[in-house]
Amino acid sequence: MLLGLSLLIFVIARVIPGDPARIALGPLASRAQIAALRAQMYLDEPLPVQYAHYVRGVVRGDFGESLYTHRPVTTDLHDLFPATLELVLYAGLLMVAVGVPLGILAASYRDTWVDTLVRLISLGGVVTPAFVWAIVLMLIFAYALGVLPVAGRLSAGAVPPPPVTGLVTIDALLDRNPATYLDFLRHLVLPAVSLALAGVAQAARLTRASMVDVAGRPFIEAARAFGISNARIALKYMLKPSLIPTVTILGLDFAALLGNAFLVEAVFNWPGIARYGVQVILRKDLNAIVAVVIIMGLFFVVINFLIDILVGYLDPRIRLRQADEAA
Amino acid sequence: MSVVAAAPARENLRRTWYAFSRNGGSLFGLGIVVVVVLLTAFAPWVTPFPRHARAFTDFEHASLPPGGSHLFGTDTIGRDILTRVVFGYRFSLLLGLVVLSAAVPTGVVLGLLAGYYRGWPETVIMRVTDIFLSIPPLALALAIMAVLEPNLQNAMLAVSVMWWPWYTRLVYGLVSSLRNEGYVQAAQIVGASPAHILLREILPNCLPAILTKMTLDMAFVILIGSSLSFLGLGVQPPDPDLGTMVADGAKYMPDLWWVPVFPGLAILVIVLGFNLLGDGLRDIFGVEV
Amino acid sequence: MPREMLLDIRNLHVSFTGYRGHSRVLNGVNLTVGRGEKVGLVGETGCGKSLTVRAVLGLLQPPRARIRGEIWFAGRNLLALPPGELQQIRGREIAMIFQDPMAALNPVFTVGDQLLDIIARRPGGRPSERAAWARAVDILKEVALPDPERIMRAYPVQLSGGMRQRVLIAMALVNEPALVIADEPGTALDVTIQEQILQVMRALVDAKRTSVLLITHNLGVVRQTTDRVYVMYAGSIAETAPTADLFSAPQHPYTQGLLASVPKLTGEGVPRGIDGMIPDYLNPPPGCRFAPRCQFAQPRCQQPPPWVRVGAEHDVACVLYDDGSRPSAERAAPSPIPLPTGEGTDEASGLPSNTAPAVTRP
Repeated sequence: MLLGLSLLIFVIARVIPGDPARIALGPLASRAQIAALRAQMYLDEPLPVQYAHYVRGVVRGDFGESLYTHRPVTTDLHDLFPATLELVLYAGLLMVAVGVPLGILAASYRDTWVDTLVRLISLGGVVTPAFVWAIVLMLIFAYALGVLPVAGRLSAGAVPPPPVTGLVTIDALLDRNPATYLDFLRHLVLPAVSLALAGVAQAARLTRASMVDVAGRPFIEAARAFGISNARIALKYMLKPSLIPTVTILGLDFAALLGNAFLVEAVFNWPGIARYGVQVILRKDLNAIVAVVIIMGLFFVVINFLIDILVGYLDPRIRLRQADEAA
Repeated sequence: MSVVAAAPARENLRRTWYAFSRNGGSLFGLGIVVVVVLLTAFAPWVTPFPRHARAFTDFEHASLPPGGSHLFGTDTIGRDILTRVVFGYRFSLLLGLVVLSAAVPTGVVLGLLAGYYRGWPETVIMRVTDIFLSIPPLALALAIMAVLEPNLQNAMLAVSVMWWPWYTRLVYGLVSSLRNEGYVQAAQIVGASPAHILLREILPNCLPAILTKMTLDMAFVILIGSSLSFLGLGVQPPDPDLGTMVADGAKYMPDLWWVPVFPGLAILVIVLGFNLLGDGLRDIFGVEV
Repeated sequence: MPREMLLDIRNLHVSFTGYRGHSRVLNGVNLTVGRGEKVGLVGETGCGKSLTVRAVLGLLQPPRARIRGEIWFAGRNLLALPPGELQQIRGREIAMIFQDPMAALNPVFTVGDQLLDIIARRPGGRPSERAAWARAVDILKEVALPDPERIMRAYPVQLSGGMRQRVLIAMALVNEPALVIADEPGTALDVTIQEQILQVMRALVDAKRTSVLLITHNLGVVRQTTDRVYVMYAGSIAETAPTADLFSAPQHPYTQGLLASVPKLTGEGVPRGIDGMIPDYLNPPPGCRFAPRCQFAQPRCQQPPPWVRVGAEHDVACVLYDDGSRPSAERAAPSPIPLPTGEGTDEASGLPSNTAPAVTRP
């Protein structure tokens, strides 16, 4: 899949009209400068050779220098990606920890006011773009109520913890610095919630739909006929089978959080890779664009891999088939 | 199924309308969509300040809060936000229609071919489809926009490129099961051409699912389109686009809160409309999309 | 009746509301099962057999289903019990054997997991883990499953249909309920496997003196298994009789048609169906619901049919027997169609299950 994505980006980058070197250097660049850059970017070689160079660079983790920050792209990513990762992880956590129980609740109290309420909430989450949530939440909690900070990752003047993992939460804990930790959490709440709302809604809807679907299966009627209690039926006999389709789609949603992070980081001035991504896209900074896209692709691959493992754990049919194939 | 098919068309219609109208949400969604479509169609006549739709300045009436003759207030250069929201819907609907009319036929044809012809067409088409599907929509659109000039045409192109695979997979799944149906095999046995089988026997049975998905997708395409505009990668000023208006207004928070909030709510309303309508269709057709 | 009553369904009505109106499916069902008795409930698909037993188990969900009548079980009216108490009865005092072994087991839990959950509900308190496991292995042995320890650890997908059906029987019988409702057990399986399954079930219920309510459209199975039979048509009982009497001297025109529609193993006679279709429950005919298909129909059939005793434990809902002369089983009413009688002339166990009475003739 990564290969496909990289090929796609490569093809699009090469087939669009215009000279990437000229675009990169701007209209004021001299002929010689452009020629030099063309040579540096292997633009004068045949296309397959260009692609080989491009792939080799990508595989070695060498994306070249950003034309926007004038630093190696790898350095930029190293500085910025942890902030995005942290935002996405917390949003993902919220999505699962809030969305799935809401869905269970709605399915268990189907066709009651609980169900209606959950459906309304999730409808609101699904139909509202993340950036609108971001702005509305910011207006309410940061400006009107003033209980949460407006933007940024840490308060001005706060000393960031010594970077170990790059994730402020973990670094602050490692540093035994609860003040920084809390300060960070306060900054995190609004972006993470804005980012997570669509996912929470999606998770609640999926879980509910899947539970309702499972509820109509004969084995649930059988469990009721055997006198298994309603709570046990909901939390055991219905939940596990209904998680199988839910988990697969939630994996995609989790990966999609990274895309939506572009919208949320812009509003909250979050110093992450997404904001950087928009800047480099607007500036046609090809090296950086490729790196951002590859990082996103890598993230999707990792998530998909984890989802496959989880689904295999949940579904004995898949596990048994895999065991058969291995044998 | 056969009973339904045998019932007279009017009975069918009545049954469908009954199922649809029992769901208050779907009716509400239909209402929203109809109202928005009418508003945009007659935008120059129903909006209070049609001239404000594009480049226009009136500093005397700049930054007015909602109320009086400006129901949603005015922006920093004095344009009526209500007017711009209604005109902004034109771009939203246009984007949705163009993207779907490009993506749906492509996706459907590829899905029909992949589902009907086993062997290499199936392998090639579905492999490519899977690559597209494994990438979240907004990320793919961003990747494509990265190398194109930011404007409405390219945004439409980018969203279309990422949208067709969903229809390919939907139709592929339907065809894979329909091709084993008795009536399809019967058609094969009497020597019907593949074109006849695909277009007359199989395609009609895919239509409810396709139609439902298109309605739901209008909502998502509008969402994605407004997201691209919000990032500055879609419709460019001075054209009024809801996403662009939100991004523009976000700079003046919190003092001019109405500048981003009303266009934001407008996005919510139209997306809600198509979403509810699509949900209603899904329920009455009983299809999974 | 001389026997002690275990289950007594009185005047059960069930209806549903759809977009075209109110459909009254069960129209006053009366049915009893005595202690230790094996009762069959036969009728064509859609006549309300499954609905009746689901009402007994409290599996129909109001408000969608509207239920009226009384269902007495061991001295309690199940329809008046709070849901919690009904749940206590399910699986302990009344259990159900489900029809489709492929669908009635949860695919993501092991057989043992599901069986132990049921054993945990044994009357008299939750047994220890080891005792529960031992009990589970025992019951799997009793349904003649080989290597019970392995089956306990298996997922349903690893078992054949016949094995799964045995597991379902084990689940129903493990807590030794007083009444077992068997919903066409084994219908989804090969005929030979179905016969084995039925043998296992019969052996177990006979050993424990369990009462059985067997639902089926297979007359052969009824004949082999039950003491008494109810024939159901379009939501009400048409006739009930001891099994032997019903087969030798059917009284209700519908029962006669039902028996005549079964092909005979000897090849004599031509099986015939019954003209027409089951009525529309939204708009059922007034009075006897079978009248529109009945060759003996008369104006009196517009009234609800009387319930007439025609022999020992033999009752029929038909005006033909309401003239006070009480035709005996031997006189057998106007019966222009050849009746299947005697041993070996009609189907026995070995017929495919699709020899169920044909409903319509095109």
